[in-house]
Amino acid sequence: MANKNNNTVQSSHKKKYARFIPLYIMALPGLLYLFINNFMPMPGLVLAFKKYNASKGIWGSDWIGFKNFKYLFATQDAFVITRNTILYNVAFIIIGTISSIAVAIILSELHHRIKNFYQSVILLPFMISMVIVSYLAFGFLSTDNGFINNSILKPLGIEPVSWYREKNYWPFILVFINTWKGIGYSCIIYLAAIIGFDRSVYESSAIDGATKWQQITKITLPLLKPTIIMLTLLAVGRIFYSDFGLFYQVPQNQGALFPVTNTIDTYVYRGLIQLGDISMTAAAGLYQSVVGFVLVISVNLIVRKIEPENALF
Amino acid sequence: MKSVDDKRFQIIGHIVMIVLSAVAVIPIILLVVSSFTDNDVLVRNGYSFLPEKLSVYAYQYIFKTGNSVIHAYGISVLLTLTGTILSILITTLLAYALSKSNLPYKNLITFIVFFTMLFNGGLVPTYMNYTNVFNIKNTFWALLVPSLLCNGFNVLLMKSYFVSSIPGEIMEAAYIDGASEFKVFYRIALPLAKPIVATIGLFSGIGYWNDWMNGFIYLTKRTDLYSIQNLLNRTMQNIQFLSQYSTNVKEAGAGLAAIPSVSIRMAMAVVGILPILVIYPFVQKNFVKGITLGGVKG
Repeated sequence: MANKNNNTVQSSHKKKYARFIPLYIMALPGLLYLFINNFMPMPGLVLAFKKYNASKGIWGSDWIGFKNFKYLFATQDAFVITRNTILYNVAFIIIGTISSIAVAIILSELHHRIKNFYQSVILLPFMISMVIVSYLAFGFLSTDNGFINNSILKPLGIEPVSWYREKNYWPFILVFINTWKGIGYSCIIYLAAIIGFDRSVYESSAIDGATKWQQITKITLPLLKPTIIMLTLLAVGRIFYSDFGLFYQVPQNQGALFPVTNTIDTYVYRGLIQLGDISMTAAAGLYQSVVGFVLVISVNLIVRKIEPENALF
Repeated sequence: MKSVDDKRFQIIGHIVMIVLSAVAVIPIILLVVSSFTDNDVLVRNGYSFLPEKLSVYAYQYIFKTGNSVIHAYGISVLLTLTGTILSILITTLLAYALSKSNLPYKNLITFIVFFTMLFNGGLVPTYMNYTNVFNIKNTFWALLVPSLLCNGFNVLLMKSYFVSSIPGEIMEAAYIDGASEFKVFYRIALPLAKPIVATIGLFSGIGYWNDWMNGFIYLTKRTDLYSIQNLLNRTMQNIQFLSQYSTNVKEAGAGLAAIPSVSIRMAMAVVGILPILVIYPFVQKNFVKGITLGGVKG
């Protein structure tokens, strides 16, 4: 009797798992892809501690400890790429946040339906590839044919500028292009938050004679604070990463501009593809991955303290 | 009092938004106008919004003799279609499985997916993996597979949609009626998830159409596999290369003759953004919805 009971329990157990087989089959292609694309490369990070020899392969190459890192940090490059990556991101975060909040507030307060049209138009640059953005920038900045040199500076009697050789302009150009491309995207998130606010607060403040400016500074901005903190922290978590296209394509890989356009991502690309210095590049890559990981984790800890439901984990 | 204040805000607001909208589209307008400008005028006067002489020569050239442009266009279309369909399929299936709360090892699998968002090997190991282990260099796979097919963020976004927006009772009823898991997915879950499927398809489609990175890294010899983005990228590189390194004027001249003229290049770029400009008005609502969903999540 007991035996029989046991059997049915077991078979129902089996049946229970059998029921899930189709689900595992469904999950398989996606998991397989993530395994190939994301997990399989990870052990390759050991290259940072090896002297890569193509004939010996990743695993056969000789261990050399921290030598690659020593070389990397002995050069000026390590400092320049770290500084550029961080400073650009800080500028992007500050300018991007302020401008997209301003736009979101304006869009939320406008009455006319044309605001939907504005919103669509400013989102358009977000959909354009960086290669084409580099063409657009070239149309303005080209030394010989560019719009700025030919149609603005020439009529004013100002000498043409060799934009792709003068590094001083590029921090401004890159911050402008990044804002131009991203503002439509980031203002949507703020706009969605503002639309969710309780309108009755605004109505009662208007009855009390509050001006638009007072409503914005005393109601909207304080209510937006959690969103601002969240998005800023998330961006800080990504501060060690840069948009390769922005820093490589738009300045057209011009050597004269490297001091202000070289970031960790462009450095790693050039090291891998153009110089073929795999070991040193792997060291720079590992540096980025590890610091990036630590930043994401710490940022998430902070978020979990402030706003538990917005934490990633 | 209040209406004066509001009126002032409305006027300033409209002015700011009109300026910003203009700034957003002006570079694109300059590109389009240049592509319709007579090449000699373009070389003499530079890029301009009001050219002296218009010409459709650049487009005639592209469609009559510019085989490489048409070819690259074909690759881009093929890549975008296959990539988007595969990516929707893979992402939706995985997200659906993870949305089942009673699935054994669900938390472990979810963590595996989530971990891909926190840490990655970066360019060097990824490149070595795809070139040495999978040998996809200089194949169509190189455009299709690396980094674009499926990502943890989209999977988790879709999973939370399945969990929150599809009533469990409907699916329960289907199971009781003896429907298989695949049937429930295909007949019930998928139709109800249309908005999120559309959003992720849109993200993925734009991602594939705009991608130049994969071809840039993995297509070293097979220029016949270039997408339109890669072709545009290569053209720009050639110009830079010549202007930088040719000290010999004759050599530069010979090199430049092989490169499409300014107006043709601009026309190529216009052709490259055309699909985005055409579909944009129809999909932008979905796109905005998708960004809102993603932004709220993380």
